[in-house]
Amino acid sequence: MTTDTPTKSPEAAPEPPPGTAPVTKRIPQGHKRLLTRRDRLTLGFMAGLPTILHVALVWVTALASILLAFTSWNGIGFDSIQWVGLENFKELFTNNPQFWPAVEHNVIWFVVLICIPTPLGLFLAVQLDKKIKFSRVYQTAFFLPVVLSMAVIGFVWQLVYNPDTGLINSVIGANKPGHYIDWIGDPNLNLWAILIAASWRHTGYMMILYLAGLKGVDPSLREASALDGASEWQTFKNVIFPVLRPTNTVVLVVTIIEALRAFDLVFVFNKGAEGTELLSILVTNNIIGESSRIGYGSAIAVVLLLISLVVIIPYLVSTFRKERRA
Amino acid sequence: MSTLALKKPRTPVRPARVLLHVVLATMALAWLAPLLWAVYAALRPYAETSEKGYVSWPDSLSLDNFTNAFEQSDMTHYFVNTMIIAVPAVLVTLFLSSMVAFYVSRFDFRLNLALLLVFTAGNLLPQQVIITPLYRLYLLVDLPGITMSGKLYDSALGLVLIHVAFQSGFCAFVLSNYMRSLPHELTEAALVDGASVWRMYWQIVLPLCKPAMAALGTLLSIWIYNDFFWALVLISTGENMPITSALNNLSGTYFTDPNLVAAGALLTAIPTLIVYFVLQRQFVSGLTLGANKG
Repeated sequence: MTTDTPTKSPEAAPEPPPGTAPVTKRIPQGHKRLLTRRDRLTLGFMAGLPTILHVALVWVTALASILLAFTSWNGIGFDSIQWVGLENFKELFTNNPQFWPAVEHNVIWFVVLICIPTPLGLFLAVQLDKKIKFSRVYQTAFFLPVVLSMAVIGFVWQLVYNPDTGLINSVIGANKPGHYIDWIGDPNLNLWAILIAASWRHTGYMMILYLAGLKGVDPSLREASALDGASEWQTFKNVIFPVLRPTNTVVLVVTIIEALRAFDLVFVFNKGAEGTELLSILVTNNIIGESSRIGYGSAIAVVLLLISLVVIIPYLVSTFRKERRA
Repeated sequence: MSTLALKKPRTPVRPARVLLHVVLATMALAWLAPLLWAVYAALRPYAETSEKGYVSWPDSLSLDNFTNAFEQSDMTHYFVNTMIIAVPAVLVTLFLSSMVAFYVSRFDFRLNLALLLVFTAGNLLPQQVIITPLYRLYLLVDLPGITMSGKLYDSALGLVLIHVAFQSGFCAFVLSNYMRSLPHELTEAALVDGASVWRMYWQIVLPLCKPAMAALGTLLSIWIYNDFFWALVLISTGENMPITSALNNLSGTYFTDPNLVAAGALLTAIPTLIVYFVLQRQFVSGLTLGANKG
């Protein structure tokens, strides 16, 4: 899809393509003299305005989350803010019946996404990359869930899982008393039910990322491999898959972020009831729920932030390093 | 897919290929099943399904649920609300992020790598990390006369701001990569000729970025239209809600009528689907532009 549009990103190739070479040929410092004072003002404004907005709403608030996590505050007036040190965290780790289950569910979410929809998406991408007939039709079917809003997906799957009227129970006859399966309310089942819906969506997303990655694979590699008499599977395992390394990195990061962000689907499905607690749900319940404990909610957010940064920082550092070298 | 595909001579039908088609077609149907199920439920009257059960042959199919959901939930009003948020948010995000991208990709100032890092990392954070202080901040900011609520909280302006701030990270990253691939001679020549920086951006670089802007614009439109979380927390009055959170209310009101809720959910999805089918190529390339940083 991208190859025949001018939108071809220069980064689509696994090797640094020639297109990125001019990076080192930036306007050298000497050219600064060519910039008038007005130009410098313009540049300051161009970079400054968006940066101020972004930093104020995203980074200052993230920092505020960290600071508030060490306080207790009911939100009424600034003078009611009390410094409580690690109290919030202590209570969170030892006293909150929802916290550890939420952490566990976030981890399960990631593990399931990486083990089921990701390989499935790769499989579909490899098959659809063969330029077979109806490829576009198949692609659209698998990709459709990615386009839909998570809230809509939540409602659609509620219709499938509804214990009384849903598709599954109606088909297997589990909507009668005696052998009644409550997919949405049963704490042992509901997480897995939602994960099927999440995987349903994630597969198409992964398929698209891998399709783009496969487009960047040099066709001569396949030819050489075929000439050497390698089977399709051998070619994939020893030639194609290693070349997909950058795509795999992106897929890994995207999947971790998706697992940490999971919220809409669960909220629509069952409001994050017992069995489907997630860190994101706990944070939000602290705002729109009955208890509005700002410091405590922020402490949960800090846990989420730390897990995210452990992933984001190494990933970005390595990405930007590559660009520097290019 | 690709126009570069060479015309291959017709090969005889191979069993492996047939099997592959069977597998793919089955999977594709399985993937469409939940949506088709929702369509089927929405087309049938509630009385009939409650009597015969949902898995049954229909006696009558009609669009009544759709018209009812549309009218009873005042969908037009919420759709307009979404537009009031989404249109400015998409345009301002593209404008601001293209300026940042221009700055970091064309000038070798010391700051720009750090700047790009800040933007990109900001976009990768889960929204819940910042929501608690953001919610408090929105309650603190008084805007008498500017927004209906008199605050940033519960206003379209507030949602536009957070969408712009959050999404400009992603767009700045993608656009700066794109701008780097443009030949440097273009702006160098302009600089030597004494063109102003603004002119370089507005008349030389920006027109060349049209494909990337179109891709990002499509992606942003769908994302912002689909947003559920920001609106859930930062909007409290039902009147001001965009369509996704209004749908949540609808389902709360009519939870006893799954057919109506199904129709409402599908109606909500229609604009997204139209945009996607019309601009499929832009949407997908936008998604992969951001992801392929090999």
